[in-house]
Amino acid sequence: MNRFKDGGQVDKNTLSNKPECSSLKVLGTAYAGSGDFVHLYLEPPLWEFSPGQFVMLRPESWGLDPLWPRPFSICEKTAEYMRIFIQVVGRGTRLLSLCDPGSTINVTGPLGRGFRVPEGPLLILAGGMGIAPFLGLCKNHPYPQKISMLFGHRLALKHYPFEESPGEMHKESMHQVSEDDLKTFAQVLGERIRDFAPKGEILACGPMPFLKVVQKYALACKASVQISVETRMACGVGACLGCVVKTNEEEMVQSCLYGPVFAADKIVL
Amino acid sequence: MDLSVDLGGLCLKNPVMSASGTFGYGLEFSSFGDLKELGAIVVKGLSLKPKKGNPVPRIAETPCGMLNAIGLQNIGIENFLKDKLPFLPWKETPVVVNLYAQSVPEFGVLAGILSDEPGIAALEVNISCPNVREGGVQFGQNAKAAAAVVSEAKRKCGVKPLIIKLSPNVTDIRSIALAVQGAGADMISLINTLGGMAVDVYTRKPRLANVFGGLSGPAIKPVALKMVYEVCSEVDIPVIGLGGISSAEDVLEFILVGAHAVQVGTANFLRPDFIFDLIRELPQAMSRTGIASLEELRGGLETVEPSPVCA
Repeated sequence: MNRFKDGGQVDKNTLSNKPECSSLKVLGTAYAGSGDFVHLYLEPPLWEFSPGQFVMLRPESWGLDPLWPRPFSICEKTAEYMRIFIQVVGRGTRLLSLCDPGSTINVTGPLGRGFRVPEGPLLILAGGMGIAPFLGLCKNHPYPQKISMLFGHRLALKHYPFEESPGEMHKESMHQVSEDDLKTFAQVLGERIRDFAPKGEILACGPMPFLKVVQKYALACKASVQISVETRMACGVGACLGCVVKTNEEEMVQSCLYGPVFAADKIVL
Repeated sequence: MDLSVDLGGLCLKNPVMSASGTFGYGLEFSSFGDLKELGAIVVKGLSLKPKKGNPVPRIAETPCGMLNAIGLQNIGIENFLKDKLPFLPWKETPVVVNLYAQSVPEFGVLAGILSDEPGIAALEVNISCPNVREGGVQFGQNAKAAAAVVSEAKRKCGVKPLIIKLSPNVTDIRSIALAVQGAGADMISLINTLGGMAVDVYTRKPRLANVFGGLSGPAIKPVALKMVYEVCSEVDIPVIGLGGISSAEDVLEFILVGAHAVQVGTANFLRPDFIFDLIRELPQAMSRTGIASLEELRGGLETVEPSPVCA
């Protein structure tokens, strides 16, 4: 079917795996540093995915409230589990963080388009929860020594699965507390993008102010950068038109279908 | 078990249609179920030219419901007919096009374009969108204006049945229903979303860029049920009930107050396979209420007193 046929002039070549709905049991939860950061472990679904693709989660116990499922990038999937990394930011994420082992979650996925991961050197730029889609990517990469990661975070490093990624990678974390820290981080982002631009592919995920900085330098250096956006979604399958982003051609396209990963030079943030 | 419904010129294998604006162009859901199982597919509201819609945020979650102010973003009627309709199973399942226009003549033009389109089973005229400045609800809040749209669309739509979708944001829904019936509507669908808003006291900003939006979901079901009941008591043409339907029992509740068929809207956002499951559950729900056909239940609400005039 032409599920992805219409719409904007964004990347249409990374056709996703066919999504489906499944009911998956919660295997367990693990908190990271506080109750507000939780790794949710679910039974592994039967499908495969590309890093950057996402799932919509809705515990069966929700009944009719909260109404919407919640979108999350897939942190990691193994033969034993699928792992979702969640920060509690409201009622839905709070309820998800408290899911009991053995309870059932309705999972729709894999959704959207993930990162294109070429064989050569990679620079990963992650801001806060933007680290989530990269963990599995890094752990499963055949040549982790080809990956550099710059991770910016405003809360303590203990909340994020930074240390867990392979030690062969070139990893650097920066903690931002003050406005000055943020400025410094933006500068470093710019330097890293400029230095890396001729060498390989840059992948970025994080909050919108972070992505705007990344996009600014990506365009200035003509670097090949893929950015994953976070938007408010109701359906996750292209129907509600709530999650639209504006393309360079002034089209409004659903980030759940044409994203969440976009080429940095194709969308207006 | 007889699930079929005759809407006078539009026959459905079951009473469950998708509600416009919650089911995309249908194809978005083809990975999650067989579109041929639906009673009818009602697609996203279409206008003469493509529309970009409103700025984001366009949606906000509310208790048991949601607000939206999409602003009728759509690909335009011609693109729909060319790029979407051929891939829909229109030979097996009626495809209903929801129409939006900014003037009476424009409604006529749209109806004319669809009048001899074999893939389209019926037209649903949207005189109730609350989220665009021009047109939409301005036709739905005034009996005379509503009738003018219906007359014009009816004159141009050929043999296609005409459904008029009513706004609940009115003082007396019955007068609007009677006006559109009088002007030649073949069916009425109701309710569209209720006007609403949500604000954030910490940022002091509205939760929708448009400030106002349309409230939908289970929260509005009691309002919808009352209005459907009122309209069914007043008109002779078939009524399609919608507003917060989220289970097979909800479907039967609308049939009980007089609806011929229903539309499932916001519940499609709970899970993309929701509507397919709901249709599969309908026969069991009918068994539990002791009926073998919807006809046995339709309009069968037992009230102690004669139907109250107002609440």
